[in-house]
Amino acid sequence: MSRFSLVNWLLVLGVVLLAAVPIVIGSDTEFAGADGVAVERIDETDYRPWFAPLFEPSAETASGLFALQAAIGGGVLGYVFGVARTRRRNARRPADPPA
Amino acid sequence: MHIAEGYLPPLHALAWTAVAAPFVVHGARAVVRQVREEPETRLLLGAAGAFTFVLSALKLPSVTGSSSHPTGTGLGAILFRPPVMALLGTIVLTFQALLLAHGGITTLGANAFSMAVVGPWVAYAVYALVRRIGGGLSVAVFLAAALADLATYCTTAVQLALAHSDAASGVAGALAEFLAIFAVTQIPLAVSEGLLTVLVVRLLTRVSPAELARLGVRPARQEV
Repeated sequence: MSRFSLVNWLLVLGVVLLAAVPIVIGSDTEFAGADGVAVERIDETDYRPWFAPLFEPSAETASGLFALQAAIGGGVLGYVFGVARTRRRNARRPADPPA
Repeated sequence: MHIAEGYLPPLHALAWTAVAAPFVVHGARAVVRQVREEPETRLLLGAAGAFTFVLSALKLPSVTGSSSHPTGTGLGAILFRPPVMALLGTIVLTFQALLLAHGGITTLGANAFSMAVVGPWVAYAVYALVRRIGGGLSVAVFLAAALADLATYCTTAVQLALAHSDAASGVAGALAEFLAIFAVTQIPLAVSEGLLTVLVVRLLTRVSPAELARLGVRPARQEV
Protein backbone atom coordinates (compact mmCIF):
# COMPACT_ATOMS: atom_id res chain seq x y z
CA MET A 1 0.00 0.00 0.00
CA SER A 2 1.34 3.41 -0.88
CA ARG A 3 2.00 5.94 1.86
CA PHE A 4 -0.82 8.05 0.39
CA SER A 5 -3.44 5.30 0.84
CA LEU A 6 -2.07 4.30 4.23
CA VAL A 7 -2.51 7.81 5.61
CA ASN A 8 -6.01 8.00 4.11
CA TRP A 9 -7.05 4.76 5.79
CA LEU A 10 -5.57 5.93 9.09
CA LEU A 11 -7.70 9.09 8.83
CA VAL A 12 -10.81 6.95 8.25
CA LEU A 13 -9.84 4.72 11.18
CA GLY A 14 -9.46 7.78 13.41
CA VAL A 15 -12.98 8.97 12.58
CA VAL A 16 -14.47 5.52 13.13
CA LEU A 17 -12.69 5.17 16.49
CA LEU A 18 -13.86 8.61 17.64
CA ALA A 19 -17.45 7.52 16.97
CA ALA A 20 -17.11 3.97 18.26
CA VAL A 21 -15.28 4.58 21.55
CA PRO A 22 -18.14 6.60 23.13
CA ILE A 23 -20.65 3.88 22.19
CA VAL A 24 -18.50 1.17 23.75
CA ILE A 25 -17.57 2.97 26.98
CA GLY A 26 -20.80 4.93 27.45
CA SER A 27 -23.34 2.30 26.48
CA ASP A 28 -25.68 3.15 29.39
CA THR A 29 -26.56 6.57 27.94
CA GLU A 30 -29.09 7.35 25.23
CA PHE A 31 -26.80 9.68 23.25
CA ALA A 32 -29.52 12.29 23.13
CA GLY A 33 -28.85 15.02 20.61
CA ALA A 34 -27.14 18.11 22.05
CA ASP A 35 -29.78 20.27 20.34
CA GLY A 36 -32.48 18.38 22.25
CA VAL A 37 -30.58 18.66 25.55
CA ALA A 38 -30.50 22.44 25.08
CA VAL A 39 -34.25 22.45 24.44
CA GLU A 40 -34.83 20.49 27.67
CA ARG A 41 -32.68 22.95 29.59
CA ILE A 42 -34.76 25.88 28.24
CA ASP A 43 -38.03 24.05 28.93
CA GLU A 44 -37.08 23.98 32.63
CA THR A 45 -37.42 27.77 32.68
CA ASP A 46 -40.75 29.51 32.15
CA TYR A 47 -39.92 30.13 28.48
CA ARG A 48 -42.46 28.76 26.00
CA PRO A 49 -41.62 28.54 22.29
CA TRP A 50 -43.74 31.00 20.32
CA PHE A 51 -43.55 29.31 16.93
CA ALA A 52 -43.93 25.65 15.93
CA PRO A 53 -42.41 23.94 12.88
CA LEU A 54 -44.70 24.15 9.83
CA PHE A 55 -44.02 20.51 9.05
CA GLU A 56 -42.77 17.94 11.51
CA PRO A 57 -42.00 14.44 10.25
CA SER A 58 -42.46 11.46 12.56
CA ALA A 59 -39.25 10.01 14.03
CA GLU A 60 -39.18 7.24 11.43
CA THR A 61 -39.70 9.62 8.52
CA ALA A 62 -37.15 12.02 9.97
CA SER A 63 -34.44 9.36 10.09
CA GLY A 64 -35.23 8.53 6.47
CA LEU A 65 -34.97 12.18 5.49
CA PHE A 66 -31.64 12.47 7.31
CA ALA A 67 -30.47 9.43 5.38
CA LEU A 68 -31.69 11.08 2.19
CA GLN A 69 -29.74 14.23 3.03
CA ALA A 70 -26.57 12.19 3.58
CA ALA A 71 -27.23 10.19 0.40
CA ILE A 72 -27.66 13.30 -1.76
CA GLY A 73 -24.44 14.77 -0.36
CA GLY A 74 -22.56 11.50 -0.68
CA GLY A 75 -23.85 10.99 -4.22
CA VAL A 76 -22.70 14.43 -5.36
CA LEU A 77 -19.29 13.97 -3.69
CA GLY A 78 -18.89 10.58 -5.36
CA TYR A 79 -19.87 12.05 -8.72
CA VAL A 80 -17.32 14.85 -8.38
CA PHE A 81 -14.53 12.42 -7.50
CA GLY A 82 -15.56 10.11 -10.34
CA VAL A 83 -15.52 12.91 -12.91
CA ALA A 84 -12.24 14.36 -11.63
CA ARG A 85 -10.55 10.95 -11.60
CA THR A 86 -11.71 10.01 -15.09
CA ARG A 87 -10.67 13.39 -16.43
CA ARG A 88 -7.21 13.03 -14.94
CA ARG A 89 -6.83 9.49 -16.21
CA ASN A 90 -7.84 10.52 -19.74
CA ALA A 91 -5.44 13.46 -19.65
CA ARG A 92 -2.57 11.16 -18.72
CA ARG A 93 -3.23 8.61 -21.45
CA PRO A 94 -1.35 9.53 -24.67
CA ALA A 95 -3.56 10.25 -27.67
CA ASP A 96 -4.28 7.27 -29.90
CA PRO A 97 -1.96 7.22 -32.91
CA PRO A 98 -3.79 8.07 -36.15
CA ALA A 99 -4.84 4.98 -38.08
CA MET B 1 -26.07 23.72 16.96
CA HIS B 2 -29.57 23.93 15.55
CA ILE B 3 -31.61 26.23 17.78
CA ALA B 4 -35.09 24.71 17.67
CA GLU B 5 -38.03 26.49 16.08
CA GLY B 6 -39.50 29.17 18.36
CA TYR B 7 -36.76 28.88 20.99
CA LEU B 8 -35.39 32.37 20.42
CA PRO B 9 -37.60 35.28 21.53
CA PRO B 10 -38.93 37.26 18.52
CA LEU B 11 -36.56 40.18 19.07
CA HIS B 12 -33.51 37.89 19.17
CA ALA B 13 -34.72 35.93 16.15
CA LEU B 14 -35.17 39.16 14.21
CA ALA B 15 -31.81 40.56 15.28
CA TRP B 16 -29.86 37.43 14.25
CA THR B 17 -31.70 37.33 10.94
CA ALA B 18 -30.70 40.95 10.33
CA VAL B 19 -27.09 40.13 11.21
CA ALA B 20 -26.90 37.03 9.00
CA ALA B 21 -28.83 38.33 5.98
CA PRO B 22 -26.12 40.59 4.50
CA PHE B 23 -23.59 37.74 4.68
CA VAL B 24 -25.97 35.38 2.87
CA VAL B 25 -26.83 37.94 0.17
CA HIS B 26 -23.15 38.68 -0.31
CA GLY B 27 -22.53 34.93 -0.41
CA ALA B 28 -25.12 34.42 -3.12
CA ARG B 29 -23.37 37.04 -5.25
CA ALA B 30 -20.02 35.38 -4.54
CA VAL B 31 -21.36 32.01 -5.75
CA VAL B 32 -22.76 33.57 -8.95
CA ARG B 33 -19.45 35.34 -9.59
CA GLN B 34 -17.47 32.18 -8.91
CA VAL B 35 -19.52 30.13 -11.38
CA ARG B 36 -19.38 32.85 -14.04
CA GLU B 37 -15.69 33.68 -13.77
CA GLU B 38 -14.27 30.23 -13.15
CA PRO B 39 -16.82 27.75 -14.52
CA GLU B 40 -14.21 24.98 -14.37
CA THR B 41 -14.41 25.11 -10.55
CA ARG B 42 -18.13 24.27 -10.55
CA LEU B 43 -17.39 20.63 -9.72
CA LEU B 44 -15.40 21.59 -6.64
CA LEU B 45 -18.12 24.03 -5.64
CA GLY B 46 -20.55 21.13 -5.78
CA ALA B 47 -18.17 19.06 -3.68
CA ALA B 48 -17.98 21.80 -1.04
CA GLY B 49 -21.77 22.04 -0.83
CA ALA B 50 -22.18 18.26 -0.81
CA PHE B 51 -19.61 17.90 1.98
CA THR B 52 -21.64 20.22 4.22
CA PHE B 53 -24.79 18.35 3.25
CA VAL B 54 -23.37 14.96 4.30
CA LEU B 55 -21.59 16.06 7.45
CA SER B 56 -24.49 18.04 8.90
CA ALA B 57 -26.74 14.98 8.43
CA LEU B 58 -24.42 12.75 10.47
CA LYS B 59 -25.29 12.55 14.14
CA LEU B 60 -22.26 11.16 15.88
CA PRO B 61 -22.06 10.02 19.51
CA SER B 62 -19.67 11.93 21.73
CA VAL B 63 -17.80 10.95 24.90
CA THR B 64 -20.14 13.18 26.92
CA GLY B 65 -22.98 10.70 26.34
CA SER B 66 -24.91 12.95 23.99
CA SER B 67 -24.57 13.20 20.24
CA SER B 68 -24.20 15.97 17.74
CA HIS B 69 -23.15 16.58 14.17
CA PRO B 70 -20.19 18.11 12.32
CA THR B 71 -20.80 21.15 10.11
CA GLY B 72 -18.62 20.55 7.05
CA THR B 73 -18.18 24.26 6.34
CA GLY B 74 -14.39 24.36 6.67
CA LEU B 75 -13.67 22.71 3.30
CA GLY B 76 -15.62 25.22 1.21
CA ALA B 77 -14.29 28.16 3.21
CA ILE B 78 -10.71 27.06 2.47
CA LEU B 79 -11.34 26.36 -1.23
CA PHE B 80 -13.69 29.23 -2.10
CA ARG B 81 -13.40 31.73 0.78
CA PRO B 82 -16.09 32.18 3.42
CA PRO B 83 -18.82 34.13 1.54
CA VAL B 84 -19.56 31.12 -0.66
CA MET B 85 -20.23 29.02 2.43
CA ALA B 86 -22.61 31.66 3.82
CA LEU B 87 -24.98 30.71 1.00
CA LEU B 88 -24.27 26.96 0.86
CA GLY B 89 -24.53 26.55 4.64
CA THR B 90 -27.81 28.46 4.73
CA ILE B 91 -29.25 26.25 1.98
CA VAL B 92 -28.45 23.18 4.09
CA LEU B 93 -30.02 24.76 7.18
CA THR B 94 -33.15 25.72 5.22
CA PHE B 95 -33.51 22.13 3.98
CA GLN B 96 -33.27 20.86 7.55
CA ALA B 97 -35.65 23.51 8.92
CA LEU B 98 -38.37 22.89 6.33
CA LEU B 99 -38.20 19.11 5.86
CA LEU B 100 -36.78 17.81 9.13
CA ALA B 101 -38.13 20.26 11.73
CA HIS B 102 -34.45 20.51 12.68
CA GLY B 103 -33.66 24.12 13.48
CA GLY B 104 -36.39 26.45 12.29
CA ILE B 105 -37.49 29.37 10.17
CA THR B 106 -37.58 31.79 13.09
CA THR B 107 -34.13 30.61 14.21
CA LEU B 108 -32.66 30.32 10.71
CA GLY B 109 -30.84 33.65 11.03
CA ALA B 110 -29.14 32.64 14.28
CA ASN B 111 -28.27 29.17 12.97
CA ALA B 112 -26.99 30.57 9.67
CA PHE B 113 -24.85 33.06 11.58
CA SER B 114 -23.17 30.35 13.68
CA MET B 115 -22.76 27.66 11.01
CA ALA B 116 -22.58 29.56 7.71
CA VAL B 117 -20.83 32.77 8.80
CA VAL B 118 -18.76 32.32 11.99
CA GLY B 119 -17.56 28.78 11.18
CA PRO B 120 -16.33 29.55 7.65
CA TRP B 121 -14.60 32.77 8.68
CA VAL B 122 -12.82 31.01 11.57
CA ALA B 123 -11.80 28.25 9.15
CA TYR B 124 -10.41 30.74 6.66
CA ALA B 125 -8.56 32.77 9.30
CA VAL B 126 -6.99 29.69 10.90
CA TYR B 127 -6.04 28.24 7.51
CA ALA B 128 -4.44 31.50 6.34
CA LEU B 129 -2.59 31.93 9.63
CA VAL B 130 -1.19 28.39 9.76
CA ARG B 131 -0.08 28.60 6.11
CA ARG B 132 1.55 31.99 6.67
CA ILE B 133 3.63 30.73 9.60
CA GLY B 134 4.78 27.84 7.43
CA GLY B 135 2.43 25.02 8.47
CA GLY B 136 1.78 22.21 6.00
CA LEU B 137 -1.46 21.88 4.07
CA SER B 138 -2.81 18.99 6.16
CA VAL B 139 -2.08 20.71 9.47
CA ALA B 140 -3.71 23.93 8.26
CA VAL B 141 -6.79 22.12 6.94
CA PHE B 142 -7.17 20.04 10.10
CA LEU B 143 -6.96 23.00 12.47
CA ALA B 144 -9.18 25.17 10.25
CA ALA B 145 -11.99 22.59 9.98
CA ALA B 146 -11.86 21.52 13.63
CA LEU B 147 -11.79 25.04 15.05
CA ALA B 148 -14.54 26.20 12.65
CA ASP B 149 -16.73 23.36 13.92
CA LEU B 150 -16.03 24.27 17.54
CA ALA B 151 -16.53 27.99 16.92
CA THR B 152 -19.95 27.29 15.43
CA TYR B 153 -21.08 25.47 18.56
CA CYS B 154 -19.63 28.13 20.89
CA THR B 155 -21.58 30.75 18.92
CA THR B 156 -24.79 28.76 19.43
CA ALA B 157 -24.08 28.63 23.17
CA VAL B 158 -23.61 32.42 23.23
CA GLN B 159 -26.83 32.97 21.26
CA LEU B 160 -28.83 30.80 23.66
CA ALA B 161 -27.21 32.32 26.74
CA LEU B 162 -28.14 35.83 25.57
CA ALA B 163 -31.75 34.75 25.02
CA HIS B 164 -32.14 32.54 28.10
CA SER B 165 -30.00 34.06 30.83
CA ASP B 166 -30.09 32.16 34.10
CA ALA B 167 -32.35 33.59 36.83
CA ALA B 168 -29.63 33.30 39.46
CA SER B 169 -26.33 33.52 37.60
CA GLY B 170 -27.29 35.69 34.61
CA VAL B 171 -25.91 35.42 31.09
CA ALA B 172 -22.53 34.14 32.27
CA GLY B 173 -24.12 31.28 34.19
CA ALA B 174 -26.32 30.35 31.23
CA LEU B 175 -23.30 30.53 28.92
CA ALA B 176 -21.41 28.06 31.10
CA GLU B 177 -24.38 25.69 30.95
CA PHE B 178 -24.85 25.94 27.19
CA LEU B 179 -21.11 25.61 26.57
CA ALA B 180 -21.19 22.43 28.66
CA ILE B 181 -24.01 21.12 26.44
CA PHE B 182 -22.60 22.18 23.07
CA ALA B 183 -18.87 22.86 23.18
CA VAL B 184 -17.73 19.96 25.37
CA THR B 185 -19.75 17.43 23.36
CA GLN B 186 -18.32 18.90 20.21
CA ILE B 187 -14.61 18.52 20.94
CA PRO B 188 -14.23 14.93 19.66
CA LEU B 189 -16.60 15.69 16.78
CA ALA B 190 -14.47 18.68 15.82
CA VAL B 191 -11.47 16.34 15.67
CA SER B 192 -13.50 13.97 13.46
CA GLU B 193 -14.47 16.82 11.18
CA GLY B 194 -10.84 17.93 10.96
CA LEU B 195 -9.72 14.40 9.99
CA LEU B 196 -12.50 14.01 7.38
CA THR B 197 -11.72 17.39 5.84
CA VAL B 198 -8.01 16.50 5.60
CA LEU B 199 -9.01 13.23 3.90
CA VAL B 200 -11.15 15.00 1.29
CA VAL B 201 -8.46 17.63 0.60
CA ARG B 202 -5.83 14.87 0.19
CA LEU B 203 -8.07 13.05 -2.29
CA LEU B 204 -8.77 16.29 -4.16
CA THR B 205 -5.07 17.14 -4.44
CA ARG B 206 -4.64 13.72 -6.03
CA VAL B 207 -7.51 13.79 -8.55
CA SER B 208 -7.90 17.51 -9.17
CA PRO B 209 -4.55 19.24 -8.53
CA ALA B 210 -4.93 21.86 -11.29
CA GLU B 211 -8.26 23.14 -9.99
CA LEU B 212 -6.98 23.25 -6.41
CA ALA B 213 -3.90 25.17 -7.51
CA ARG B 214 -6.12 27.63 -9.38
CA LEU B 215 -8.06 28.18 -6.15
CA GLY B 216 -4.78 28.88 -4.38
CA VAL B 217 -4.60 25.61 -2.44
CA ARG B 218 -1.16 24.15 -2.97
CA PRO B 219 0.39 21.32 -1.02
CA ALA B 220 4.06 21.62 -0.09
CA ARG B 221 6.23 19.67 -2.51
CA GLN B 222 6.81 16.67 -0.24
CA GLU B 223 3.08 16.29 0.37
CA VAL B 224 2.16 15.54 -3.25
